[in-house]
Amino acid sequence: MQIPIEYYLILSAIMFSTGVAGVLIRRNAIVVFMSVELMLNSANLTLVTFSSYLGNSIGQIFVFFVMAVAAAEAAVGLAIIIALFRNKLTVNIDEINIFKW
Amino acid sequence: MNLEVILFAIFALVCISSSILMVTRRNPVISALFLVVNFASLAGLYLTLNAQFIAVAQVIVYAGAIMVFFLFVIMLINPAKEKKFLEYKPQLKIFALVIAFLVFVQIAYIIFIAHPSNDVTRDVAQSVKAGTVEQIGRQLFTNYVLPVEAVGYLLLSAAIGALVLAKKKFQ
Repeated sequence: MQIPIEYYLILSAIMFSTGVAGVLIRRNAIVVFMSVELMLNSANLTLVTFSSYLGNSIGQIFVFFVMAVAAAEAAVGLAIIIALFRNKLTVNIDEINIFKW
Repeated sequence: MNLEVILFAIFALVCISSSILMVTRRNPVISALFLVVNFASLAGLYLTLNAQFIAVAQVIVYAGAIMVFFLFVIMLINPAKEKKFLEYKPQLKIFALVIAFLVFVQIAYIIFIAHPSNDVTRDVAQSVKAGTVEQIGRQLFTNYVLPVEAVGYLLLSAAIGALVLAKKKFQ
C-alpha cells in the first residue's frame, strides 16, 4: 500500500497553521522566531513530498537553499534580539516599541 | 499495514504533537527542545520519502546548528516566563486561533480541490534516484552553480551582519 500524497500535504498544512498560531499568540521574540522556523520546515516538507512523488530532485535542491536562508535568518534575527536585549532588557515584543513615537 | 505506513503514522504523530507542545509551553528552553524533536521527526519523514541527503542535512543543520544557536541565545539572555495562556486578552487568543484556522482551511481546500494524487503516482525507483547525494550534487554544481555561489555570499553577509549587530550597543 502506498501513502497518498494528500497525507503529507495535510500534515504540512497542520504544522504551518500551528506556526501561524505560535507567531500570533506568543509574546517572547525568540519563540516567535522558532515558530517561523516551524513554518519554513512545513514548506520544506511540501517541497520534498512533491520532489519524491514526481521523481525529480529540483524540489530537494530548493529545500537546500531554504535551509541556507533559514540559517542566515536565524543568525541575523538572534543578533537583533541580543542587541534589543542590551538596550531594553526585555525580549517581550509588547514592550519593544522603540519605533513608536 | 506495512512498515511504510506505520513509520509515517509514528513520525506524523510525533511531528504534530511536538509542534503543538512547542507553541504552548511557557518556558522557552522547553519550547526549543520540542522544536528539536519536531525537526528529528521531520528528518524521519524525509527518509520515508527517500530524500536521504535532505534528511541528513536536516539533522545536521537544523537540529544541530540552528537549534544549538537558539538554545545558546535563550540561556544567554534568560527571559522571564510568559503569562499563562488563559491570562492573555481574549481578543488576542480568538484572533490568533481564527487566523490559524483560516490558513489551515485555505490550504486544505486547495489540496482537496487540486487533488494531486490523480496526477501523481509515485515511482519508487525514480524517487530513490532523485534523493541521492550524487544526483543533488550533480544538479547543484552544474545547473544551479550560480544560486550556490549567491547563497555563499548570503551566508557571508549574514555572518558579518550578525557580528556587527551583536558587537556593541546600537545608539
